[in-house]
Amino acid sequence: MSAPKEDGRRGSTGMSHLWPLPALALAALLPWLPDVPSFWITLLNYTGISAIVSIGLVVLTGIGGMTSFGQATIMGLGAYTTAVMSKSYAMSPWLGLPAGLAVTACGALVLGAVTVRLSGHYLAVGTIAWSAALYYSFANLDFVGRNDGIPGIPPLEILGIKLIDGRASFVVIWIGVILVALATNNLLDCRAGRAIRALKGGTVAAASFGVNTARTRLLAFVYAALLAGFAGWLYAHMQRSVNPTPFGFYPSIQYLLMAVIGGAAHIPGALLGAAVVTIVNDRLQDVLPRLFGARGNYETIVFGILLIATLQWAPEGLWPHLRRLRARHRSIQSDAAPLVARAMPAQGTPVLEVTALRRTFGGLVAVNDISFSAGAGEIVGLIGPNGAGKSTTFNLITGVDTPSGGAVRFRGADISARPARAIARLGIARSFQHVKLVPTMSVIENVAIGAHLRGHAGALSGILRLDRTEDARLYAEAARQLTRVGLAEVADRPATSLALGQQRIIEIARALCLDPVLLLLDEPAAGLRHNEKADLADLLRRLRAEGMTILLVEHDMDFVMGLTDRLVVMDFGTKLAEGSPEQIRTNPAVIEAYLGADA
Amino acid sequence: MDTSILLILVQDGIVNGAIYALLALSLVLVFAVTRVIYVAQGEFVAYGALTYAALDGGHVPGAVWLLCVLGLAACVAGFWQARGRRDLATTVRLLGETIVLPAGIAGATWVLAPMKPGIVVDVLLALAIVTPMSPYLYRIAFQPLANASVLVLLITAVGLHLALVGCGLVFFGPEGFRAPAFSDAMLTAGPLMIPGQAIWIVAITFVLMLSLYGFFENALTGKALRATAVNRLGARLVGIPTESAGMVAFALAGFMGALSGVLIVPLATVYYDSGFTIGLRGFTAAIIGGLGSYPGAVIAAVLVGVAESFSSFWASAFKEVIVFTAIIPVLLWRSLRHRAVEDEE
Repeated sequence: MSAPKEDGRRGSTGMSHLWPLPALALAALLPWLPDVPSFWITLLNYTGISAIVSIGLVVLTGIGGMTSFGQATIMGLGAYTTAVMSKSYAMSPWLGLPAGLAVTACGALVLGAVTVRLSGHYLAVGTIAWSAALYYSFANLDFVGRNDGIPGIPPLEILGIKLIDGRASFVVIWIGVILVALATNNLLDCRAGRAIRALKGGTVAAASFGVNTARTRLLAFVYAALLAGFAGWLYAHMQRSVNPTPFGFYPSIQYLLMAVIGGAAHIPGALLGAAVVTIVNDRLQDVLPRLFGARGNYETIVFGILLIATLQWAPEGLWPHLRRLRARHRSIQSDAAPLVARAMPAQGTPVLEVTALRRTFGGLVAVNDISFSAGAGEIVGLIGPNGAGKSTTFNLITGVDTPSGGAVRFRGADISARPARAIARLGIARSFQHVKLVPTMSVIENVAIGAHLRGHAGALSGILRLDRTEDARLYAEAARQLTRVGLAEVADRPATSLALGQQRIIEIARALCLDPVLLLLDEPAAGLRHNEKADLADLLRRLRAEGMTILLVEHDMDFVMGLTDRLVVMDFGTKLAEGSPEQIRTNPAVIEAYLGADA
Repeated sequence: MDTSILLILVQDGIVNGAIYALLALSLVLVFAVTRVIYVAQGEFVAYGALTYAALDGGHVPGAVWLLCVLGLAACVAGFWQARGRRDLATTVRLLGETIVLPAGIAGATWVLAPMKPGIVVDVLLALAIVTPMSPYLYRIAFQPLANASVLVLLITAVGLHLALVGCGLVFFGPEGFRAPAFSDAMLTAGPLMIPGQAIWIVAITFVLMLSLYGFFENALTGKALRATAVNRLGARLVGIPTESAGMVAFALAGFMGALSGVLIVPLATVYYDSGFTIGLRGFTAAIIGGLGSYPGAVIAAVLVGVAESFSSFWASAFKEVIVFTAIIPVLLWRSLRHRAVEDEE
């Protein structure tokens, strides 16, 4: 924890991922080496444009978990906008960039708003349909030249010099690639980007910490679309003509192929994939027709097989194989100003009141008119045999599931119809029976998701690095909670590399980051060793002393009996008994439920 | 627009819709059993159509070679997947399915094709050549990914589509073909002229739907498929081999795709890459129906067919745009109905 106080940026996940960037800068000198054939420069230009589109797919597909079969068509929106403006209306190509991006963003917002709420494959399927629709629009609308497209687009111009030469385009394109790589890296390392990455741990977990999952998915979708639009603008002015072909379904698949081959979750992977696919494509187009003795798109056979083979044998893509991914140290600014903490309610005031709560699944009554309450600074245990409805009750309280009847009141307000993220905002945090950590994030990054609602920085300030002070405070808080649960030393390990019991404790640290009034823990002691259980009990007692209210589902009776103030016993969805641990221990109905009638 | 044009458009739409319904039904079936969104199914339409056309011309269709190549690849894949736990019975079965069967079909084609045996034999031969490719592809491409997410399976299916279109070009060439109709009869009903082929299409679709219904309700294999669709793990626990369930589903999809091609090639010229846009319509219908409902898919398919014939009347250039945009309001409606995205399985 006492790492050197640098500006928090050094050693963060991203920058060390980007070691190829200096190499790229050197590569910028490539075109001026003697004897580099212009053919190779053209190929590198296409690689750069494709890389920008694939980096968008890294965010959307590799990290956001949404697949788009329409990236090339979105790229067409940017290309056609600038083509129409600079050719038909003779405006400066530079004006085409903001205009192209604006059109792309609007298009992506409409398409995204329609589809991002759906689960992954519906989105993917939707992209096939609307990209087909857009493609046929390009091919049939008069003002974009139908199938002939728009020829004679003016080139970019800097200080009166027209960038016509392939070498000049090379510089512009690869500056674009580097800017996009940096921006994407910054995005993934900021609060909004963590929310995108958190989607991999399941939308339920993300929503339980206040992430607006639909909006986060939309953000990833629009960001990827903007990169495609940018690539389209570059393409239009490099190619100096546009027609529908490069914006159809097959080019879209090719971009996806680049992302998958390179490694869909890594920015350098997108560059690698773009280079491999572009160069192989060019070679195949040269060789295969000679082999088959006729002209045609034979390379699609190779690419189709390549795509399937990659998914079967290297689903992570090439990049992770080239470079073993290992955890990187994230230095924490432990002197960052602490986050504002919530005022805890006075000891004993009612925090949670559950009245006649009910949840039915068809004919099955999972939770049958359960009523109980918990006051500030109290630990209440919810126990009962498997299938008693304890976890369902948790889901009803936290808004993951909607009650069929009854009410949940939190500090006097009815919260039974509210969505999970609104309930999180009120100060209710939870852990999960089946651990929901993000496997692709380190422990401390996972914990920082818990502090999502305590920061405000958006994606744009993240990309521009204006959020560093706030982000350092969020990470300092995450580190503080990790120290509090006693797992500071594993901060940089990949979250799912820990033992299951430790992962449960990490979930508690994440929940504490929310600064909760009410903490719901689903089997926190499962998988812990004896002394670890004792440490956990100590931690929960300290939290209680600070005024936190804790509701606990647990099967370990020693743990529960020694810790809780009050117990609620459930069996087959109904409340069997309620009282102090001593009362419950001797309650005949409870003994019967646990041990059978004859015991 | 007068009533007779309206009726003609509706008739056109229903005939096309019947084809799309066949495709949509098999897409729903394959998705339910294997979770694969079978984008490549459209290629079976083109393959079926072009194979039938080649046989009609008295040639040995290129698809025979593809069948043998895929059979061999499926054989290798089968041995690889079952390495270390292979016994004699399964080995014999695998060899029979992947080597003997295509060899037999190829031999029969070799003998029969130059004899120009007539429409019925041509059709049956075309179906026999194209149908087995689908389960072979399942074994090669999807079986190793049986536990992957829906999304990975979808990308795989798209990769398969890409490869199959390229193979179509290699084995069938770039020219388009037509083939003779099952019947040249022409019925007149008021202002309507109903070609015999249209009646064939609707009748075959109808019979197939009924027999599928019977298959799922009564036959043991059908019930096993339904059980697999509801719960793969549960089905395996009660001893249903989910792998062969997937194989059966893919075979049915291949058969229905090839049949659609055979039915459609008398009405429209089919090229090696025509399958995608035809398949995409079946696909749109399946999605509109929710990927889970057979009647929903059929109704949606007829709607897509009718929408297509009306839009080609009013704005033929934007036919495709209108048909594919139709999916967006449906998705919007679905997205408003779902409160939140559920976790991926």
